This record gives sequence, structure tokens and C-alpha cells, in this order.
Amino acid sequence: MMEETKKTWNEKEPILKIENMSIRFTQYDRGMHQTELPVIRNLDVEVRQGEMVAVVGSSGSGKSLLAHGVMGVLPYNAVMGGTITYCGEELTQKRIEKIRGKEIVLVPQSTVYLNPLMKIGPQIRKGDKGIQARNRLREIFRRYELKEEVEDLYPFELSGGMNRRVLISTAMIESPKLVIADEPTPGLDLKVAKRAMAHFRELADMGAGVLVITHDLELALEVADRIVVFYAGTTVEEAAVEDFEREETLRHPYTKALWRAMPKHGFQFIKGTQPYVKDLPAGCPFAPRCSQRTGACSQEIPWRELRGGSVRCIHAE
Amino acid sequence: MKRRWIVFIGKNLIRILLLTICISMVTFALMKASPIDPLQANVGQAALGTMSQEQREKLEEYWGVNTPPIRQYLSWAGDFVRGDMGISLLYRQPVTEVIAVKLSNSLFLMITAWIISGVLGFLLGVVSGMNQGKFVDKLIRGYCLVVSSTPAFWLALLLLMIFSVWLQLFPIGLSVPIGVEASGVTFLDRVYHAVLPALTLSITGVSNIALHTREKMIDVMQSDYVLFARMRGEKGWRLFRYYGFRNVLLPAVTLHFASISEIFGGSVLVEQVFSYPGLGQAAVAAGLGSDLPLLMAITIVSALIVFGGNLAANLLYGMIDPRIRRGGAVK
Repeated sequence: MMEETKKTWNEKEPILKIENMSIRFTQYDRGMHQTELPVIRNLDVEVRQGEMVAVVGSSGSGKSLLAHGVMGVLPYNAVMGGTITYCGEELTQKRIEKIRGKEIVLVPQSTVYLNPLMKIGPQIRKGDKGIQARNRLREIFRRYELKEEVEDLYPFELSGGMNRRVLISTAMIESPKLVIADEPTPGLDLKVAKRAMAHFRELADMGAGVLVITHDLELALEVADRIVVFYAGTTVEEAAVEDFEREETLRHPYTKALWRAMPKHGFQFIKGTQPYVKDLPAGCPFAPRCSQRTGACSQEIPWRELRGGSVRCIHAE
Repeated sequence: MKRRWIVFIGKNLIRILLLTICISMVTFALMKASPIDPLQANVGQAALGTMSQEQREKLEEYWGVNTPPIRQYLSWAGDFVRGDMGISLLYRQPVTEVIAVKLSNSLFLMITAWIISGVLGFLLGVVSGMNQGKFVDKLIRGYCLVVSSTPAFWLALLLLMIFSVWLQLFPIGLSVPIGVEASGVTFLDRVYHAVLPALTLSITGVSNIALHTREKMIDVMQSDYVLFARMRGEKGWRLFRYYGFRNVLLPAVTLHFASISEIFGGSVLVEQVFSYPGLGQAAVAAGLGSDLPLLMAITIVSALIVFGGNLAANLLYGMIDPRIRRGGAVK
């Protein structure tokens, strides 16, 4: 497993470092007119060993594509820009194809990502019938309190409660260094959602880097170490979970708006909606809804460090 | 469990019954609406002219020209229900015997074509779908589109010209050698005579199965579960074996059983071109010669075989697909 990881990599350095990632889709409109949809424009994320980072954004912000981009499975009409560094070395398409499913694993949203005609056991083991794989799976099932009979079930036979644990088992069987969880809590009730998040926290505590992509800020705040706020294809702020205790320690106006929208902080909302990719303004995507906006907001906004976190706003201080 | 099966069988029996009734009525109506005059068609204009009024009346009675259609239908149906399919007017033999002989000739042809087109079509479809957009895919798709827009009888003529007339590799027609006693005909003789017609049917059958399988394969390859499998590092042969193959096999099986009707339809034309004395040819003869009892029986037998194919597909689906097998519902 370690073969891919160069000795030169310092364990204090991030396992995964995404700098200035962009993902564009080329589309054909009516006739032969070609348009480009910049679904992700500026994305910066870092994940360290033993750390759980949550990328939080509302639906339609393009955050699931981030996972597909890292895993190297973007559709053919998508173009990715920026750099992804894994363990100190650039993660090229060739490299990800070699290590995905081994060092880097993804936990999908739901059981529609499981082969409907393959039993759970063989599916998690990827058809490996060896004693070692079998024992390992038993161990994982015991850990997640899944009965051994579950191995013989088909995905459609799983109950809602088992789904999450089966999906996370697909990651556990690999002993990964980096786990990407794509929306791990869609439509789950609070108790189950919390337990699902706790499983990912466990993976981080065992030493893996965990990147959770979610829309649920409150849940993320309970388990993650750092939060990356994502708005309309752009990361606007990166902050430690503690920064969310008070509004003043936050940096970006959108993050502050999110903070004020939380039930315990008064449920206040701001006007407007997240712009659609095609109608994105130049510069800061949040500018049209921002009370602090000035003419300079339509310029290119740099990603800069501020008070131990990062922000993409010229007015933050 | 038991109750479900009884309901399942009962439902299908009712379906068969309704199907048979409808098919027989439509066939009968079409036959009656046909502009072919049975006397002229079977006796000939010249011969008819030299006959006396008495003789003509006798013939008219034989071909049922003056019987009111509804009475004719009802009397046919009454006999049919009692298991009597009547006497073929053209062959002057019981319809059951005619059908038995013709069907056994045809079945050999159709089963061969069915198996070849199924296996080959599936393989081509899978290869094409796995390599979507690449050269292999374009080649296979091109082949399929050309073949599926080629009429079966034209292809039959072409093969006949190349292999029988020019190369003289295969016989020009019929199912057994000419001038040999029935007892002297070997199995190999029959196979030899069936090669070209079976080949024609297979070639035309392949394209449909291949194109459908290709579409399914592409759907499967673009599914979320294949995406996830790829993210788990699965690729190439393993990706196909564990994810693609299983998921594309189910629709392919259904399609293959449903394609029986197409092979049947194709065989009518192909047998005609090859003068192959099968069910298809008999159907054409019965239709053109106003042989009502024979045509009715052939239509019903064909309908039952096609129905049986679809039923088999349903049953197999239930057995193969765990979602139906374990989920419970026999549909």
C-alpha cells in the first residue's frame, strides 16, 4: 500500500492539497454553438493526516464534482484545471488510476452506487474470495454491528440503517490514507446522520485524512476539524471549527451569513439565491448579495491567509 | 408462494385464450377481405371456363365461397375447440399433419438462427457498447445498420447467388436433395440444405440484438454503480465481468426471447426464396391459395410459439434477477 507514497513526503504536510481547481463543461447549445459552463471556478482545499475537513456548500454549488475530479472520473466533456497534490506529488490521471480504490477511496451517497446484481459481501471484497479478505470483512462488519448474513444480501434488500454502514465498509476494507465522503447524510434523520458522521470521524482518528462533502454545516461543525465554505463554484473561506463559535472570528461575509442563518443564531436569512453557473458575475460570486460590496469586488479575488484560516474576500480583515 | 403461482398460471392461460380468439378472428377477417378468388387461384381461369355450372357449384362449395362468413367462422371455431383443425384444402391432408411436417423443417432452421443471432448479437453488442465511439464500435454499428436496413429476402437472394450459383457450395433450394427417397435422406443432407437459409436469418437477426445490447451496455457503463466501481479501481475485464455482463445479460435474455417473432417473420420470406418447405412457405401458399383451415392453424401455432417465447422470458427473468426472485413478485 505504501509503495506509491514517496519517502520524501513529510507527514506534517497535507495528504491532499487542491490548489485553484476549476472544472468546466463544454456544451453544445442550439446548433453548433459551443458554450462553457464553469461549474467549479476556484477551489482550494487541504487535508492533513488524521484530520477531518468538511467542504460545506448548498446544493447546486458543484461540490460533488470535486470528488469526481479528484478520483479522475469526470465525464469526457469536462476539463479540469489547477493542481492536485497527493502526498507531496502531483496527482495525475495516471497516478489516480493506480491508487484509487486503494489509497484514496470514495464513499458514495447512496446504494444506487452499488451493483444491483452483486451480493454485498463479494461486492465489498471486489470479488476477492481469499481467507484474508473474508476475515477482514467479518471484522469490519462486527465493528459496524452488521450481521454476517448481510454479506449474502443484494443491495435492494438492505434496510436504510444498514446502507450507510455497508457503504463505509467499502472504504474500510482498503485501509486508505484518504477518504472522500460525498454527501454522507442525505435525507437521514439527525440520529442516523450523526452516527454516519461519527464513523468518518473514527476513520480520521485512525490516521486517515477525511474529506467530507456536505450541505449540512451544523453536522459538520460537530465532527470536523476544519470547514471549507463553498459558494457557487468557489471556496470563499477556510476556517477552524472553533472559529464558528462567534461571528467575529469568521472571515467571509457569506460564512457570516451562514452563521446567522443557523437556528441557534437567530435564523436570519439574506435576500437572493446562489447564482446559476451561466449567470455568474465576474470576481466574487457572492458580491450581488453582499452588503460590503464595492467596485473592486468584480476583479479577480485572491485566496489569502488570514488569522489562521483562509479567505477569498478583499474586505475581510 | 403456491397461491402466487396459481394466479400467475391462471392469468397467462386467460391471456393465451384471448390472444387465440383475437388472432383467429383477425386472420379470418383478413382472409375474407382478400381480393383473391379461391376458384381462380386454385383451378385457373382457363380450366374454370371449360367447366359446367354443376362442377363450378361443387368447387364453390369445396372452397366455401357461398357460405356466410360468420357461419363459416363459427363452424371452424367449433371444430377447432374440439381439437379438429380441419383438412387442408391445398394439401388434402389433415392440417395437423401438414403443420407437423412443415414445423419440424422450420424449427431446425429457426432454432439455429435464433441461437446464432442471440450469441453473436450479444457479443457484438457488448464489444460495441464497451468501446463506445471507438473504431470497433463504429464498425459493428455500421454493419448492424446496413444489415437491419437490408430486406431479408434480398439478402437471401444475394447469398443464393454467391454461394449456390457462382461458387456452387450450397444447394439452390429445398430442404432435401432432389431425386432421393425420403428414407435415403441423411441428417447431414438436411443440415447442408439448411445452412444458407439459417445463415440469412442469423445475419438479419444479429443486428437487432446487437444494437439493443449495445444501448443497454452503454446505459450500464454510464450508471452510478459502474462509476463507483471505477472509483474503486475496477477496470477492464473485471469491470466487465462483475458489473457490465451481469447487468446487461438480463435485458439481453428478454430481448432474445422476444425476438422469436422476428425470426418467425423473417422465415416466411427466407423460406420462400429458398423454396424451403417450412411453415413460412406453407403460410404463403395457404394465404395465396385461400386455404383457410391451414392458414388459421399456422397463424395460431405461430402466435402460440411467440407467446411461449415471451412467457419464457418472463419466467427466466424471475429466476435470474434477484430483485424479482427474492423480492417476491412473479410478474
